Amino acid sequence: MATDTEVLVLGGGSTGCGIARDLAMRGLEVTLVERGNLTHGTTGRMHGLLHSGGRYAVSDQASARECIQEVDVLQDIAGHCIEMTGGLFVQRPEDSDEYFQKKLTGCRECDIPARVLSGAEARRIEPYLAKDVKRAIQVPDGAVDPFRLCVANAHDAERHGARIETHAEVVDLLREGDDIYGVTVRHDSGPGKRTHKTPGTTEDITADYVVNATGAWAGQIGAMADLEVAVRPSKGVMTIMNVRQVDTVINRCRPKGDADIIVPHETTAILGTTDEEVEDPDDYPEEQWEVDLMIATLAELVPILKEARTIRSFWGVRPLYEPPGTGTEDPTDITRDFFLLDHAERDGVGGMTSIVGGKLTTSRLMAEKISDHICDKLGHSASCDTADVPLPGSENLEALEDAMDEFGLRSPVARRSTQRLGSRSREVLQTTDPNPVICNCESVTRAEVQDAIAQSGSDLNAVRIRTRASMGNCQGGFCCQLLANELHPEYDEETARAAYDELFQERWKGERHALWGEQLSQAMLKYALHATTYNADGDPARTGTDVNFEAFDGGQTDTEAGPSGVVATDGGPRNRGGDQ
Amino acid sequence: MAITDDVLVIGGGLAGTVAALSAAEHGGDVRLVTYKQSTLRHATGLIDVLGYTPEGEGPLADPFDAIDALPTGHPYERVGTDAVRDALLFFDALTGDTYGGAHTDSNALVPTSNGTVKPTARYPVGTAPGLAADPADTLFVGFETLPEFDGPLAAKHLEAAGVPFETRGVTLQFPGIKRADAKVTRYAHLLDWDEAVDIGRGETGARAALAAGVSDALEGETRVGFPPILGDDNHDVVRRDLEERLGVAVFEVPAGPPSLPGMRLEDQLYHALEEAGVNVTTGVPVVDYQAGDGDRIEHVLVDRKGQQVPYAASEYVLATGGLVGKGVDSDRTHVFEPIFDCHVAHAEDRYEWFVDDAFGDHPFASYGLEVDNELRPQDANGDLEFENLRAAGAVLSGYDFAAEKSGSGVSLSTGYVAGDRAGAEVSG
Ligand SMILES: Cc1cc2nc3c(=O)[nH]c(=O)nc-3n(C[C@H](O)[C@H](O)[C@H](O)COP(=O)(O)OP(=O)(O)OC[C@H]3O[C@@H](n4cnc5c(N)ncnc54)[C@H](O)[C@@H]3O)c2cc1C
Ligand SMILES: Cc1cc2nc3c(=O)[nH]c(=O)nc-3n(C[C@H](O)[C@H](O)[C@H](O)COP(=O)(O)OP(=O)(O)OC[C@H]3O[C@@H](n4cnc5c(N)ncnc54)[C@H](O)[C@@H]3O)c2cc1C
Repeated sequence: MATDTEVLVLGGGSTGCGIARDLAMRGLEVTLVERGNLTHGTTGRMHGLLHSGGRYAVSDQASARECIQEVDVLQDIAGHCIEMTGGLFVQRPEDSDEYFQKKLTGCRECDIPARVLSGAEARRIEPYLAKDVKRAIQVPDGAVDPFRLCVANAHDAERHGARIETHAEVVDLLREGDDIYGVTVRHDSGPGKRTHKTPGTTEDITADYVVNATGAWAGQIGAMADLEVAVRPSKGVMTIMNVRQVDTVINRCRPKGDADIIVPHETTAILGTTDEEVEDPDDYPEEQWEVDLMIATLAELVPILKEARTIRSFWGVRPLYEPPGTGTEDPTDITRDFFLLDHAERDGVGGMTSIVGGKLTTSRLMAEKISDHICDKLGHSASCDTADVPLPGSENLEALEDAMDEFGLRSPVARRSTQRLGSRSREVLQTTDPNPVICNCESVTRAEVQDAIAQSGSDLNAVRIRTRASMGNCQGGFCCQLLANELHPEYDEETARAAYDELFQERWKGERHALWGEQLSQAMLKYALHATTYNADGDPARTGTDVNFEAFDGGQTDTEAGPSGVVATDGGPRNRGGDQ
Repeated sequence: MAITDDVLVIGGGLAGTVAALSAAEHGGDVRLVTYKQSTLRHATGLIDVLGYTPEGEGPLADPFDAIDALPTGHPYERVGTDAVRDALLFFDALTGDTYGGAHTDSNALVPTSNGTVKPTARYPVGTAPGLAADPADTLFVGFETLPEFDGPLAAKHLEAAGVPFETRGVTLQFPGIKRADAKVTRYAHLLDWDEAVDIGRGETGARAALAAGVSDALEGETRVGFPPILGDDNHDVVRRDLEERLGVAVFEVPAGPPSLPGMRLEDQLYHALEEAGVNVTTGVPVVDYQAGDGDRIEHVLVDRKGQQVPYAASEYVLATGGLVGKGVDSDRTHVFEPIFDCHVAHAEDRYEWFVDDAFGDHPFASYGLEVDNELRPQDANGDLEFENLRAAGAVLSGYDFAAEKSGSGVSLSTGYVAGDRAGAEVSG
């Protein structure tokens, strides 16, 4: 039977996108389906730490070695998605010397460059560290933008012929006897790029092989073919500060714990995180104490966090997995390694492998191992080049510096744009049309927004993850409407309006956890702007209210003398036709 | 020695300036101390009185019926409907022919920059020709370099809102603007001074160049709406000049910050303060106070570069704004009024300060001071916080101005009443 595609990848997170790129580069025909935007799942809700491996140097040395190798690889192939900030494992007076020593030895055993700094030396690097910090170990940690990384992988997969379908939810696995041969997906609007209000369709996609890379949702997919994949979703909170209090990743040097990392990310610093098992990866409580805990605990390392302003908080769920029978009680003890579950070997059902667990930092390596396995299954032999060929946006990064001034942008804007776009800057920003800034907080210009719209359709949340527009201090207060304006005229008014509504509500969601002090003031300003100036809440086009326009003031007529001044008295037109 | 006046108004937004002006009518010495820019710089310059009931019914064609029915504790209920009317008369006299809407009790529906309509009671004269009840066909002109206002999209949106006229939009290049990031004031100044601009085949005045572009785009429409950039100092002349050149009515569509119509109103108010002989001290915050005999305020302390300077008066008006103006502030566990620590009722759990729908009934939107009918703040037991303190404007509780569309109307009415009562008190 002829199938629609050779390999069908389920899930558009770092795992799925990495696999799609890898297999497409090896010459296989690949289709990827994702129920939301790319990064809709855990990948879009992670901490953004590019692990040097230091974190795992004591507890899981195999993972630690993989991390440091991948940090090297990503510097070569994904320079525009990462920032090599460096990291510190900071010891406070009450933290154990023995653990500090173990950490240092562990790093050295795993070939992670590690150097001991005195408290004073550490504070010279990060002046906001608490006065009483004792020592620190300096390691090559960094920050990674998961959105850019996934989009670049998916984009490159497409360049190698893959089909990437977002807003396409798998609603069933096609199984005949002991063989899985495809899926049924429901397109939100579509197929193709997402356009609001376009009616969706259902499609069967058949494949020679299916890869279930749906992370925390892998169990739900498995259940569609009566297979058990025992994922234990575990949630973690992250709190975003309005500025970068630190420019280096700050880790607390003690055995596992909550609230022990601060990652500088773009214009912000992100505090994290916690680890708590939840029942349902789509529905779990987001609680105040978790946010308070982040600030209180990390303020022990960086005291000014106590007074600082947070702009929002968000939660992600780890797709933790353990083989049947392990029975670990505490989720923090479950391994962070990934598992490849070949259902033919495990359950006697062919045609599908499920992937669960892992880390974003090592997602390329994971994809390589999984792709090896699939090629083996399909009898396809081709070597893996993903570690050597730069991702789109990271080609020729050297030439980038020279191109910086070229685009007629104010230079801080140009700097931010080129950081995001990498080697694609020239292609995207080379426009002869006026290119005003659309999102001021993150310095995103019209050309960059238009480029994102061309990639992702009318979905402004997809534009957001590509450009960072609406992710800064004002949380979309000033730019939601401007972004919606950019959709027109390619998309019609109704679509632009629906896209605005969706983005506005989405931005509100995470901001709710930061509503006090300066951010509450900002939230009131945003609410007032959209409700008062724009009357978006009372808009007759949205509410469907039939307004009797005639009952309202139509302006002062010529015959009524008065101070209104509507009547032109200086030879201007004598008023408009109409109700006079 | 403290600087001493009869009435001291704290906060220089709409509420504070109007309070100072109405207090000054009684003849005493009035001082206004204000810190940062007021909310007028963000706002549209429209004076909304009441567009929707607290239950969300609307848009209301007549705000006054609904005002009579407002619940106890709403600022309008506190001052009474007659006071709202008096305050509007005061405003009309103050603004003269620069504002419209005085001729009727009815609300107007004004097109907004995102293409909706919104109910308001007083509107700048530059906005007057655009009212949605006037069934005149309309062209909306946006500019490539001003991304907030998309003329064609706004036109389509207004059509979806059901306006009783034909709408169309175009996007033009603004003559003389080369940089994509020019400030709105740059556009206004080009038109204010009719600066020479290069149009490819030589130079011409900015207004002529703009009119030529718009003229080419007109297809029989009898009015043209622009983003609110039609001049600053010479706004009226610019608008009328464009009307003459185009032969159709010209109006501004209110937009978000920075908002020239709001700044124009602010300029007018500060000019009036000068005329009325009010002492204005700007750029410094009131940070604390000294209690006197009984329940009276002896003086307040103004922070001048780290030095605390006393300012004394017989009567005080607190008009420091709401969460936006910082008259109401919060930390992770409390919502409070920072100068006098007047009582602010709020839920204990900060997760009950808001609701999940971005446009839902947010409790935070109406946090502020509870007052008696004289606008004197009350503590948790309903007793007066101070005998000689009144509060006005967004610092008050009991209303969600964004949902009701009542922001400037409340600031105006309560500012007027608070200033009037304080002035009457000192004039004996
Ligand atoms: C709180 C937290 C912090 C973290 N911090 C870091 C860090 O700092 N550094 C690091 O390296 N790693 C970190 N991780 C780990 C990392 O984020 C994950 O390992 C990685 O993102 C997992 O990617 P994935 O593609 O496997 O899963 P996901 O990103 O969840 O992708 C699965 C996708 O499948 C889709 N899907 C689900 N059901 C369906 C369906 N029926 N049809 C179609 N699609 C479907 C989902 O929408 C989702 O997009 C963190 C994780 C968490 C939870
Ligand atoms: C984006 C936006 C759009 C709006 N649009 C409209 C509209 O279209 N129509 C309408 O009717 N209303 C609108 N409003 C509402 C309206 O503008 C406000 O409700 C009103 O202006 C508030 O006036 P106020 O004088 O009470 O407070 P503010 O204007 O906030 O003034 C308070 C002043 O007090 C000062 N201050 C604060 N603390 C101190 C201190 N300690 N010492 C000294 N000074 C201090 C502040 O710096 C500020 O200058 C809008 C509001 C916003 C935010």
